[in-house]
Amino acid sequence: MNPWPFVTGAYALTLVAAAVVAWWSWRQMRDAEK
Amino acid sequence: MCPCVTDHPNAGGDDRPRFAYPGAVPALHAFANPARFLKIARPLTPILWWAGVALIAVGCWAGLTQTPADYLQGETVRILYIHVPAAWLGMGGWSSIAVSSIVFLVWRHPLAMIAARAIAAPGAIFAALCLVTGAIWGRPTWGTWWQWDGRLTSMLLLFFVYLGFIALAQADRERDGDGRIPALYGIAGTVLLPVIRYSVVWWNTLHQGPSIGLTGSSIDRALLWPLPIMLAGFSFFFGAVVLMRMRTMLAREKAEARLRRRARA
Repeated sequence: MNPWPFVTGAYALTLVAAAVVAWWSWRQMRDAEK
Repeated sequence: MCPCVTDHPNAGGDDRPRFAYPGAVPALHAFANPARFLKIARPLTPILWWAGVALIAVGCWAGLTQTPADYLQGETVRILYIHVPAAWLGMGGWSSIAVSSIVFLVWRHPLAMIAARAIAAPGAIFAALCLVTGAIWGRPTWGTWWQWDGRLTSMLLLFFVYLGFIALAQADRERDGDGRIPALYGIAGTVLLPVIRYSVVWWNTLHQGPSIGLTGSSIDRALLWPLPIMLAGFSFFFGAVVLMRMRTMLAREKAEARLRRRARA
């Protein structure tokens, strides 16, 4: 079984989820502090 | 009635501490003053954010290209560098909720409940990421995505406990509650943390035993060194997200208090 699709999939999912959380939090903060 | 931050004796525009808590720890309240907190949080947010992003970038590069494959698990061992930080933040997030809940119940400072509410959503997301990355790691290693064993099931329970806290804190806020019920729930939820930690010791599980402890690690140094970088990076990142969420909540509380004052006038 080729391990790389699992490795890249896990990294991509984590980094995308972290980026979405950060972007959402920043946007909410920017709107609230306006 | 909700003990709103802007109605609190320590709230206000100036930085002079005005403590109304006989016997409380003055240093703690100095930092719990919303005005002083914002003064620290505003410059600290980008520092934590950029430090977190830089360390995560270095950790990903090191974990994906600079470490050897494991003799048994092969290349899939590289999932370790994101799975362990996700578990660390999932469990660390709940520990922080518990500490904030205790601070809220003992000193009744609303900033502590704001901190708990701010931690809950990112904590739940990292608990979910721990479960998903674990499943992705499990498929090539164990031959299955999921097993109802002690470690996996207790971590899944922690994720549901997070969802319960988010719902309870939201309901309490909407009903103008005093925050005591979510705070008690935040403390009660800590019973899961030792269960997760020792599940691999207490029960015969598919998940490997504890490989990192206070006294050292059974993982070879050649594989282990990117892990502290990723742990620090994700912790800084988590801190930045929590600060952003706390600033959002404080700004909204301030706007709501202003509207209430206008309605009363």
